[in-house]
Amino acid sequence: MPEAILMKGNDAVGEAAVIAGCHYYFAYPITPQNELAAYMAKRLPDVGGTFLQAESEIASINMVLGASAAGVRAMTSSSSPGISLKQEGISYLAGCKLPAVVVNMMRGGPGLGNIAGAQGDYFQATKGGGHGDYRNIVLAPSSVQELADLTVLAFDLADTYRMVAMILGDGYLGQMSESVVLPEPTGKRFDKSSWSITGCAGREARYIASLRLSPEDGLEKIVLDLQDTYDKVTAREIRCDTYHCDDAEVVLVAFGLAARICKAAVNALRAQGVRAGLFRPITLWPFPSQALLETAGKTRHVLVVEMNAGQMVEDVRQALGDRTPIDFYGRVGAMLVEVERIVEKVKSYA
Amino acid sequence: MKLVYDRTLGLKDVPTHYCPGCGHGIIHKLLGQVIEELGIRERTIVVAPVGCSVLIYNYINTDGLESAHGRAPAVATGLKRVLKDRIVISYQGDGDLMAIGTAETIHAANRGEHISVLFVNNAIYGMTGGQMAPTTLAGQKTKTSPFGRDPAEAGFPIRACEMLATLEAPVFIERCAVDTVRNTLRAKKAIRKAIQNQVDGKGYSFVEFLSMCPTNWGMSPRKAAEWVGETMAAYYPLGNFRDR
Repeated sequence: MPEAILMKGNDAVGEAAVIAGCHYYFAYPITPQNELAAYMAKRLPDVGGTFLQAESEIASINMVLGASAAGVRAMTSSSSPGISLKQEGISYLAGCKLPAVVVNMMRGGPGLGNIAGAQGDYFQATKGGGHGDYRNIVLAPSSVQELADLTVLAFDLADTYRMVAMILGDGYLGQMSESVVLPEPTGKRFDKSSWSITGCAGREARYIASLRLSPEDGLEKIVLDLQDTYDKVTAREIRCDTYHCDDAEVVLVAFGLAARICKAAVNALRAQGVRAGLFRPITLWPFPSQALLETAGKTRHVLVVEMNAGQMVEDVRQALGDRTPIDFYGRVGAMLVEVERIVEKVKSYA
Repeated sequence: MKLVYDRTLGLKDVPTHYCPGCGHGIIHKLLGQVIEELGIRERTIVVAPVGCSVLIYNYINTDGLESAHGRAPAVATGLKRVLKDRIVISYQGDGDLMAIGTAETIHAANRGEHISVLFVNNAIYGMTGGQMAPTTLAGQKTKTSPFGRDPAEAGFPIRACEMLATLEAPVFIERCAVDTVRNTLRAKKAIRKAIQNQVDGKGYSFVEFLSMCPTNWGMSPRKAAEWVGETMAAYYPLGNFRDR
């Protein structure tokens, strides 16, 4: 039985990446994810890997692109303002069909905002962020354990579908220390020799590019192929978690740290005899619309709780339509949602 | 009959999209020849910029990787850090290298990345139709400096070689031109040196080419070549700035 150890969230992401076989990490300092860069700077030399502190977020995502094209697992991490800068590179990764893992430990925004945890980048992560018709797989961990587990998963998903997988955590998760059982390597092997750019020994020269100027080159076809990939991801990779939903009259919907707080609210409500439950999307894209409909479609009330002004709530409304009353409770400015307030709201539906 | 000249194996046999008198075709050929002569075709990767030469992977007969505008040195860094025994070449124009990609250029050079950067300076944005570049000369008319570049408003043209020569890490920095046969042969030697340095594991090399853009300069090819020699070279002196 593997031993549980105490680990900080940001460090757990770093170790999980190494477990997943990621030996190339490029990043630029920004709070609240700095421990991850420090961890990789110390850890990667042990495995013969490369840690490089880039001159900017823009440079670091492009270094990831170069490494990924060479056929290895590569990762970068940042927090909200830095993730904005990476959007250009993320769009190019999508256009080039290159896998990569990007970690966003969200902080308060817009602008420089503040350095505490927040969930204000949901739209940016799930609806695009960069230019063009593309998607990222977005994974939302709600504990240090899940940060580690989902990081390992993110590399397999990125390689399976040749696309960007994003870990959408937040500053609180990155900074908190919890006991964690480090995941085992999944052992999945991905043969990248049919497309990686390594020099043309023994074959025709080839290139990776997102530019498709002439109709014969077919930008339309390339983008439609991407959509086919996204359909496959949607059919196969949706993940979510439920807590006391079987008999729930009121279902809370929350992701990440907000879901953690909602769990405490569910416990408090149950102790008071209120049948509350929690639905927690783990993949934010693809969003678990069908599972949510099955879980909460017939409940009396749904309350969406987010650490933002109301972003995921739009996907919840789209999934449930107007059959179920949907309320929203959120806090902005990197303030934490409060158990008491959630309890109060739910009780008001009685 | 004796074959005295043939297309280099470093180039693909395809028609060019470059304008008559453009310097890119000359520099592509020099690069292709050096790649063949050094016997590195199967282990070379050319990183394409954004600009007229974005399609360089259609011409150079090696593996290629496209980058976003200005990011080629960062992409090349990622490639080379993984593929340490491959030859990675970053081919960039003046807008790409000295405007939008200034940070990536300086920091890749400063880290001494083991790459070779080929910088084509034609003092104008070609692909977008002739806008002012960071290297557009004072007084030079472009679409976005219709009365001539005014240094009081738009700053002075940037001398990339001189700027990079302030850094410790680069092992080779040279400015060449492709306006005359003599200069073109010298440019080929510089490319050869820049790539040989990488083969030898020496570090970062940078070669700038003063090059013609007859279409956007509104000149004949012949006049454009003369302008490189007489006007551009007066502001951008040819020569070596570093050779270790």
